[in-house]
Amino acid sequence: MRILEVLNIKKDFGYIEVLKDISFSMDSGQVVSIIGSSGSGKTTLLRCLNFLEIPDKGVIKVRGETLFDSDKPDTRSEEAIRQKRLHFGLVFQSFNLFPQYTALENVMLAPSLREKKSFNDEGLRKRSSDLLSLMGLGERMGNYPHQLSGGQQQRVAIARALAMNPDILCFDEPTSALDPELTGEVLKVIRELARQKTTMIIVTHEMAFARDVSDVVIFMDKGVIVEQGDPKDIIDNPKEERTRKFLSALSRN
Amino acid sequence: MLSTVTLTLLKGFLGTLRLFSETLLFALPLGLIISFGSMHKLKILRLPVRFLIWIIRGTPLMLQLLVIYYGPGIILGNNVWGSGETGRFIAALCAFVLNYACYFSEIFRGGIQSIPVGQYEAGQVLGMTKGQIFFKVILLQVIKRIVPPISNEVITLVKDTSLARVIAVYEIIWEGQSFIKSAGIIWPLFYTGIFYLLFSGLLTLFFGFIEKKLSYFR
Repeated sequence: MRILEVLNIKKDFGYIEVLKDISFSMDSGQVVSIIGSSGSGKTTLLRCLNFLEIPDKGVIKVRGETLFDSDKPDTRSEEAIRQKRLHFGLVFQSFNLFPQYTALENVMLAPSLREKKSFNDEGLRKRSSDLLSLMGLGERMGNYPHQLSGGQQQRVAIARALAMNPDILCFDEPTSALDPELTGEVLKVIRELARQKTTMIIVTHEMAFARDVSDVVIFMDKGVIVEQGDPKDIIDNPKEERTRKFLSALSRN
Repeated sequence: MLSTVTLTLLKGFLGTLRLFSETLLFALPLGLIISFGSMHKLKILRLPVRFLIWIIRGTPLMLQLLVIYYGPGIILGNNVWGSGETGRFIAALCAFVLNYACYFSEIFRGGIQSIPVGQYEAGQVLGMTKGQIFFKVILLQVIKRIVPPISNEVITLVKDTSLARVIAVYEIIWEGQSFIKSAGIIWPLFYTGIFYLLFSGLLTLFFGFIEKKLSYFR
């Protein structure tokens, strides 16, 4: 089933045109990886999907419902946008956990506010601790963020995003802020989510991971989608010169 | 003699304490509101608020007390403060609240602006409202960061209350000084110092306690 359609998204920050004309779509249960050098607009695209940036032009549809249309001003009010954000989850590069809450409370906070339940609510606690256990953090629920390693913090952040049951979970370079030995534990839980057919969009520099886990890989450069398709085609046999250049520059490092 | 002095000073200290606590009661929330004004994205709101902060922080509290107390009577021909002790106290309270709210607002602004934007964005993508993000995520982190500068201001306020005597609001130094004329003794003035020391000592302990309470997170 077609879950997301992005049509002709444009975004500029003053004089820089960050997204020039982005269109893509994905089906429910698919994993789409977006690769490309820094400054190519990948992160801005994710931020547009989560309405942290408002596109200047274009349409965003989820399950056929138009969430955003630059030609229809009624899709741009603050409260409307807040509701629409719930279709998407976002895991940040820098985790952004809430420092004054424990791992479990970080996961429970947003659902507790939305459902008007206290942190003592049995159902909410059960559901949230199950999510943390799924992330391999069953022993860490009572820890505060500063007591956790980067990899553990990022896994809490993934559980926190999942707790709101988004249609599409987005990752913005989820392992870029981690020490190399900690990236594995985060990639492992994302792989597990992919196995369970979680719909995900992943901005990443981990090429081997992108090739394994994705159904579609999108290569972006200078605000446009240069190439998209089967991960093995894009990563192993890119058709476009720009993709080849990017990949060979990566493998030289 | 000691007990007479002690009783008189206690009475004066009660005035000090009342001015101190009521100033905090009003200046802390007003400071938060002023800080929102000074950070507002609309210039038409932000600039007047910043102007007010400049005036208040740029002139002596002593001057503000005099202007606020005498100003309405002389300029408008209408003494809005009413006569007597109560009127003078209210005038002094207004001057203190306005003055301290402006200082507090700058501390709040610094605290609020020091919170990484990622904290707001994390709340936003979880579908939280602006109010929920502020009260459930941001506020406690701000409080943790501003405890040291706020405690500084609060301890300064304890001593600044003595300025209220310039419009004849009775406080502890006023009472202590009265013994110079009436009995020719100076030690009651030193005695007032002990009151200040004890009280600021208590406040130091209190703020240390708050800081420790908030040390469970970073």
